[in-house]
Amino acid sequence: MTTHALEQPQAPARPAARREPAVEAYDVERIRAEFPILSQRIHGHPLVYLDNAATTQKPRAVIDAVRRYYEEDNANVHRGVHLLSERATRAYEGARVKVARFLGAADPREVIFVRGTTEGINLVAQTFGRQRVGAGDEVLVTALEHHSNIVPWQLLCQEKGATLRVVPITDAGDLDLDALDALLGPRTRLLAVAQVSNALGTVNPVAELVARAHARGVTVLVDGAQGAPHLGFDVQASGADFYAFSGHKLYGPTGIGVLWGRRELLEAMPPWQGGGDMILSVTFEKTTFNDLPYKLEAGTPHISGAVGLGAALDWVAGVGLEAVAAHERALVARAVDALGQVPGIRLVGTPRERAGALSFLLGDVHPHDVGTVLDRQGVAVRAGHHCAQPLMKRYGVAATVRASFAAYNTAAEIEALVRGLHKVREVFG
Amino acid sequence: MSELTDLYQEVVLDHGKRPRNYGPLPGETQRAEGLNPLCGDHLLIHVRQAGGRVEEIRFEGSGCAISKASASVMTGVVKGRTAAEIDQLFERFHRLVTEGARPEDQEALGKLAVFAGVHDYPTRVKCASLAWHALREALRGGGAPVSTE
Repeated sequence: MTTHALEQPQAPARPAARREPAVEAYDVERIRAEFPILSQRIHGHPLVYLDNAATTQKPRAVIDAVRRYYEEDNANVHRGVHLLSERATRAYEGARVKVARFLGAADPREVIFVRGTTEGINLVAQTFGRQRVGAGDEVLVTALEHHSNIVPWQLLCQEKGATLRVVPITDAGDLDLDALDALLGPRTRLLAVAQVSNALGTVNPVAELVARAHARGVTVLVDGAQGAPHLGFDVQASGADFYAFSGHKLYGPTGIGVLWGRRELLEAMPPWQGGGDMILSVTFEKTTFNDLPYKLEAGTPHISGAVGLGAALDWVAGVGLEAVAAHERALVARAVDALGQVPGIRLVGTPRERAGALSFLLGDVHPHDVGTVLDRQGVAVRAGHHCAQPLMKRYGVAATVRASFAAYNTAAEIEALVRGLHKVREVFG
Repeated sequence: MSELTDLYQEVVLDHGKRPRNYGPLPGETQRAEGLNPLCGDHLLIHVRQAGGRVEEIRFEGSGCAISKASASVMTGVVKGRTAAEIDQLFERFHRLVTEGARPEDQEALGKLAVFAGVHDYPTRVKCASLAWHALREALRGGGAPVSTE
């Protein structure tokens, strides 16, 4: 029943846009015009969308790809003998090849489609984790992690009688690498670390972390939810063992994401969920499991989501990830400067390198109130603990305001944010 | 479109900044915690009941202007009332913050009417209701933390 669409894995070529700096000037207005949602007004003001770390908006190309898939190609994958099923299978597997290329993966079979980063991490915890972590072992996370890179490991440790240990950060919001070395011990089985902090924007030195962990024989999972959209990721250059990211934070649809794993690790892992597509043969006595990647993809997958994610990666490659990254770096630097001019602003975390997001407080006004006043000026930010309560506790705050940026944000929008913050000061005197 | 000042009325800002009945309550008979996971707001309500009525009530914790002001105003208006009366008052209050002001409720609501603007800000309804949920939990004798989720 299952067709092996990936029996001949293609050696993916790296897209040119990642290697070469953009030669053309970055035309942000042209990019904005590709995002239908951005042209609306919110409470009578132009929408200023600065909540990109929560989810990004979608370009026309992605919306159209999903619509076209449903209008022209929709069928179930890997099972029909009919033309539509062939097309759907080709579209779904084509998206897998695009992801492999985006990550510089050696083999598309290392790309497992999941619902998002959270599901990717849970998959590893419940397969690799259950297999390799035992009583008395240790799992390392960091003080910067999102709850989705804490709780799955906590559950695993509780189940196995293992210990969750935490790599601390400096006041600036950078990982304490000396502490990491001290924590990497003979019982450490895994280091789970974010590529980029969702709350502070800290860029972690992933290759360095991987080198230190591997020197002690420790497997490394990288949470790429915030890193993939701003920096991309090269699974081979980084040396990481697992990498997870979400489509919807990278201009793609919600409900689709990726777990990449080194092939020998994925091969050795037991299946996660049982069902259709993940088996070769089933009798009531015994089931023979399918090969990668299908072994880890039970049930009908999110086909249109994968198609949309493929379109999003094409869109990013078309603009050039380096060009987007440079644009975002300039915006973040500008935002740090501009916020510094607003009386009462305190940045939470001043990491050496930052990507995409910054967190701040305004006097003693609660972030939730800041968020409401900004919303009335059309400015969308996140106010809260950013699913990183241990990190908030580290800084002694209950919540922060977070502004986060994407390819389509502009310097004028930073000015709108600053005007909005002055309005907050006016309301709260 | 509603103005920000409909939500952040002077009275609300004042109670948010200088909450009344704030602090621990010696001789409390009940207490309950309120948590709003959305924004990390955390209130602790202390109650001393006598003869089936709230004799004294205080609160502590951190939160946004709306949740603190709501707790502050609430502690002022529920003194001397029974749990059943407080449930009734909460029903009116909840209607106020979800649907807006109704003439027939105005007299019963009294000072609570300053929260009428909340209904234009659906994401803030939980902030306004947090203290009430905790109080009602305390009066039921639960003591388990209540969450707005």
